[in-house]
Amino acid sequence: MPTLFTLRVNGTAHSVRALPETPLLYVLRNDLKLNGAKFGCGQAQCGACSVLIDGIEQRSCVYPVSAAGKGSITTIEGLGTAQQPSALQRAFIHEQACQCGYCSSGMIMAAQALLARNPKPSEAEVKQALEGHLCRCGAHNRIVRAVLRASKGALAPKGALA
Amino acid sequence: MTAALRNVSRRDLLKAGTGLVVGIVFAPSLGLAQGTETPAHLPGSLNGNRLLSAWLRVDPNGTVTVFTGKVEFGQGIASALAQVAADELDVGYQRINMVTADTSRTPDEGFTAGSQSIEHSGTAIRFACAEARQILLAAAAVKLGVEAADLTVVDGTIAARGGKHTTYWAVTTDAMLRREATPNLKPKSADEYRLIGQNLARRDLPPKFTGGAAYLQDLRLAGMVHARIGRPPVPRAELVSLDAAALKAMPGVIEVVRDGSFVAVVCEREEQAINARMALRERAVWSRPELPPTLADTFDRPDPELQTQDSVVYEKTAPSASVAVRQIEARYTRAFQLHASIGPSCAVAHSTDGKLTVWTHSQGVFALRGDIARALGVAPASVTCIHMEGAGCYGHNGADDAAFDAALLARAVPGRPVRVQWMRDDEFMWEPFGSAMSVKVRAGLSADGNIVDWQHELWSYPHARRPGGRDGVNLLAAAYLAHPLQPAFPADVPQPNGGSDRNSIPLYDFPNQKILKHYMPDAPLRTSSLRTLGAYANVFAIESLMDETAAAAGADPVEFRLRHLRDERARTVIETAARNSGWQPSALGDGGRGTGSTLRGRGIGFARYKNHACYCAVVAEVEVDPMGGIVRVTRAWSAVDAGLAINPDGIVNQIEGGLIQSASWTLKEAVKIDRSGIQTKSWIDYPILRFSEVPAVEVEVIQRPTEDSLGVGEGAQGPTGAAIANAFAAATGRRLRDIPFMPDRVKAALA
Repeated sequence: MPTLFTLRVNGTAHSVRALPETPLLYVLRNDLKLNGAKFGCGQAQCGACSVLIDGIEQRSCVYPVSAAGKGSITTIEGLGTAQQPSALQRAFIHEQACQCGYCSSGMIMAAQALLARNPKPSEAEVKQALEGHLCRCGAHNRIVRAVLRASKGALAPKGALA
Repeated sequence: MTAALRNVSRRDLLKAGTGLVVGIVFAPSLGLAQGTETPAHLPGSLNGNRLLSAWLRVDPNGTVTVFTGKVEFGQGIASALAQVAADELDVGYQRINMVTADTSRTPDEGFTAGSQSIEHSGTAIRFACAEARQILLAAAAVKLGVEAADLTVVDGTIAARGGKHTTYWAVTTDAMLRREATPNLKPKSADEYRLIGQNLARRDLPPKFTGGAAYLQDLRLAGMVHARIGRPPVPRAELVSLDAAALKAMPGVIEVVRDGSFVAVVCEREEQAINARMALRERAVWSRPELPPTLADTFDRPDPELQTQDSVVYEKTAPSASVAVRQIEARYTRAFQLHASIGPSCAVAHSTDGKLTVWTHSQGVFALRGDIARALGVAPASVTCIHMEGAGCYGHNGADDAAFDAALLARAVPGRPVRVQWMRDDEFMWEPFGSAMSVKVRAGLSADGNIVDWQHELWSYPHARRPGGRDGVNLLAAAYLAHPLQPAFPADVPQPNGGSDRNSIPLYDFPNQKILKHYMPDAPLRTSSLRTLGAYANVFAIESLMDETAAAAGADPVEFRLRHLRDERARTVIETAARNSGWQPSALGDGGRGTGSTLRGRGIGFARYKNHACYCAVVAEVEVDPMGGIVRVTRAWSAVDAGLAINPDGIVNQIEGGLIQSASWTLKEAVKIDRSGIQTKSWIDYPILRFSEVPAVEVEVIQRPTEDSLGVGEGAQGPTGAAIANAFAAATGRRLRDIPFMPDRVKAALA
């Protein structure tokens, strides 16, 4: 049966009615109209849908909305805006770190989680943190450079994790 | 005063004043309409879309809207074209608004394919903007009472000596650009560029990195419903029975649409559509035709068993050339491979008042519109196809098919926009594949160590099955309808671009050459354009055999290539890549030990894409783990000459990305096919290169300001595959001739 859930997303509470097993991805995209998390595989294999729940990267395409209601959800919209991007987002812009950009939101969320637990990662640690994320355009090296650039800029992302 | 200005009438100039923003007028063949004489040739896509107003509009609000028939799919083309327009007009980059492929608004520039957007659209925009600048200056000259030659422009502000000034925005009129472009107009010369050649930041990235609405997938229309398709379990299967009533009773299901063996569910919510699709799969009963064997199964069989159309692509003979004293021959193959976009195909369609609007990430909205109209039996004018970005596509993926799916469903639920999202297995099983290929090459070596004879024989399925064929409908669902519509005959792309034979003619100066094509239009699987078409396999074969022949001649691979190349630009990219990599001349390339028990080697590959686009050389360094049969590309260097580089960093991004993608194809990628169907359904079945496997890449762009810009998007693909194979040979002394270089093949080669 559809159930009423209260989700805390980017610091704001939202009420949504959905089947408990509905993947969080569709609630974020269709009910909350957030574009950042992308549908890529629906099987937690590519990382395009990654968001943070209580600071931990989760694949929203397989994460039931019923479980998400317990935590604090951060999507890329919670980091910064096109006008006022966070330091991490600025680093991605600086490095022109994509081609199509479809995987970028998930990459940035994974990097956000990494930098929160390890503010000065090595190149190998960045790659390890992103290993479960797929990029088809071949922008990997730019993405790694962007994360390292952000880490060197004494990262304190604007409007980041509440 | 130039020729262009002489054509501007006095009346046009006097009408200069505050402009109105109006739609553009189409007169794609204005010149022809005036009589039977052939109109003068205009540069790039201007030739087919001759009105200046088709390309740009100068708005009184201080912006310039530039229209292109090309589409953005992550290659940065919209930003590069804006850069061209801003430079030619002398306005700020941020003043340019780009409108990309829309059948109701932009010029028809065919497909965004073949690395031609800068050559086609960039050239058109450059000349159209240069002429618009002259027209605006002429109007300003009248207004200010000075000579146009005495005017200067800075960011759209036009100033005369002595302080008088006006702006583009003040003198523009809607009528001003509604005229045909002038032949022989001269745009800026290389020394006048301000923005061209600069690494301007792409304008589409800030929204993409912040959750902005940047993709078709982000389009949300009022009343929009969600659909999923119930594709057959295997190509050519027929839907025998389906309990549609049971599906229709599921929560949120608005409609179960069935037309022959095309079936889909349309639901209020997306997750409902996904659930209904799962139920559909469980309930639908399909016929189970066996898949016939493919070329990939017959690589080892005698060639005459294959049904082929044979033709000579190219032949040249020089009876005076030295006699070959030694023949080096090998066969190279490539598996079926996938575009494997990160975002599965998506489309939105809306049918209302007899009009159909389709939002699509197709690479060719005009051809798509034509095929949709033909399939639905409606006038093309009643269909509008609007491009919006999807994930990177790398060729003809499922985008057009998803658009037709959406069109069929929009017709079934008129009044409500229908969003179709393919699931991951839809994309992997139903996107058109890159064709498996087999290439046999033989080099004849003279006594003095030169190649005097070169024979290249290739076998391939089609590489061009996009919409727009003359005698059929090239949309997946069409063949499954109750009244099926068959696809058009898949003719191969003719030279000089070539399809299966793309890049089959080596750029080297071999006195005797013959290229023979065995084309197989009757493919058991749907194959179509995957980045570079046949060039990837052809260059892999040519450049591998170049190394095998160099080894037979006891020559260094770099020196051996240069020995056979007169084209200075080709030589330069090879020399540059070799120098940047610290190439050590020796018969075996770099050789040497890697870390631990691994073997390390370097190899080079080169091609000029399509023999008329960018020049690209790649040096790859590999480490081979003989026990595990693992080949890793650890580093790569590339040098590229794309003539005038509009945005060098954009070129670096394309070459580096293409190199990494090609490394992934070469090391890992093959569609799994057996008699019961396509077995590649998820990323588990089709691994691609991951972060830990990606090489460090250095790209040098050789800027040539006075040369024409050359297409670059596919330049690295062919050379990379060969460079990896050659590096493996340098490391191990053995050859890998079958792509991909899976561990079992590696172990077999080393046994």
